[in-house]
Amino acid sequence: MFWTSYFLAVLAIALAWPVPILLSRAQWPARSPFTAMLLWQAIALAGGLSMIGAMLVYGLEPIGDSLLSGLRALAGMVFNNAPTTDLGFWHIFALSAAALLTAHLVFTLLLTYYKIQRQRRRHRELLDLLASPSSDGPGTMVLNVDSPVAYCLPGGARSVTVLSDGLMAALEPDELRAVLIHENAHLSQRHHLLLWAFAAWRQALPWLPTTRLAQESVNSLIEMLADDVALKTESKATLIKAIAIVASGSPATPAARLAFGEPGLSDVDSSQPGATGGTGSAGTTASRVSRLLSPRPPLSEPLRAVVLACCVLLLAVPTALLLVPGLLG
Amino acid sequence: MASLGELERAVMDLLWAGQEAATANTLRDLLAQSTHPQDGTAGHVGKDLAVTTVLTVLSRLERKGLVERERGTRPHRYQAVSSRADHTAELMHEVLGSAPDREAVLARFIGSVTDNEAETLRKLLGRN
Repeated sequence: MFWTSYFLAVLAIALAWPVPILLSRAQWPARSPFTAMLLWQAIALAGGLSMIGAMLVYGLEPIGDSLLSGLRALAGMVFNNAPTTDLGFWHIFALSAAALLTAHLVFTLLLTYYKIQRQRRRHRELLDLLASPSSDGPGTMVLNVDSPVAYCLPGGARSVTVLSDGLMAALEPDELRAVLIHENAHLSQRHHLLLWAFAAWRQALPWLPTTRLAQESVNSLIEMLADDVALKTESKATLIKAIAIVASGSPATPAARLAFGEPGLSDVDSSQPGATGGTGSAGTTASRVSRLLSPRPPLSEPLRAVVLACCVLLLAVPTALLLVPGLLG
Repeated sequence: MASLGELERAVMDLLWAGQEAATANTLRDLLAQSTHPQDGTAGHVGKDLAVTTVLTVLSRLERKGLVERERGTRPHRYQAVSSRADHTAELMHEVLGSAPDREAVLARFIGSVTDNEAETLRKLLGRN
């Protein structure tokens, strides 16, 4: 049990700090965004699992040979007032920390879900009053705004893609189609679930490098995935032009800033590129365009298999260490 | 017969267009006169509308925080909490804002672009 907790702690530290930094600097995720997305999910899940597992295993060490027997003994102490003399101060400390961290993660996940849902509902209510339905279909609405803006608002069957008048005026029909396909890809691939999970992960442990890097990478990767869907039917040049037009007339221009009365917000962004806070998407647009301009082949089959094997191992190893008794001394 | 959603929209349009607070009766009359935006037929939402229906719509809008009631007078007079432009700005604030906790609410085609990035973009596109 002691070696198990030691190993899990090392794994937790590796997944919290060096591994995400290396992955966020790597070039290959742009070549195979889907594989990279799986790896980020495995890192986040395995990171949480090993963090909690390490503390749990350490705390239960004196009272059980495996996690299950330890938990049974602990339940006996909690519910049946069995003597707790076997547990030292640090064991109880580790167990409490494991319980608190678990509760914190679950609570943050639920709270984030609730907040996102509430914001989306409110947004949808206003859209129903302000936007008009588009001729492109029931899932598309047009908002009377001059700057070129396109976004999708997930909401199950009531998911909607919103385009601004400014966007409709600035783009040619094929470019508009590319934007619509891109946004619909976000909806059909359920990217909002990833955004939610990684937003909650960051909200729960904001000081951990992995949570910020993971959220930024995931934000970038979903854009690449949606771009790839658009490329199936629209040409590369069309998509690049659409991105360039929307980006150049975008929200960050001073006129739009004044028009929407939020000075400061975007000012901070543009004067301090790379500042913390609002830079989740910084760099995304440039890397999207450079990826489209100079495409590189996707990772080879064997390399993808290696990454997938890493994902499986990341999840299987901590799980096995926790559940199978006596794997490591 | 128009759906509640259409009625809410029509009522808000009237309140946003009007300068003063209006009673449910006034709104009902205005709805009955309203013409269809496309084919121009009269009373597309408000024909044969009962005042109670208008009151239902108003209370739904009040619950959503879009409409407020003047308490002192009888019958109650209703008005929009903020203008159409303010609500549009509220939406855009949510769309354009880049606080991390907002990023999960919706997915934008292009995120906020920094000066550095705009420069990189120009270079990338110029090269082609």
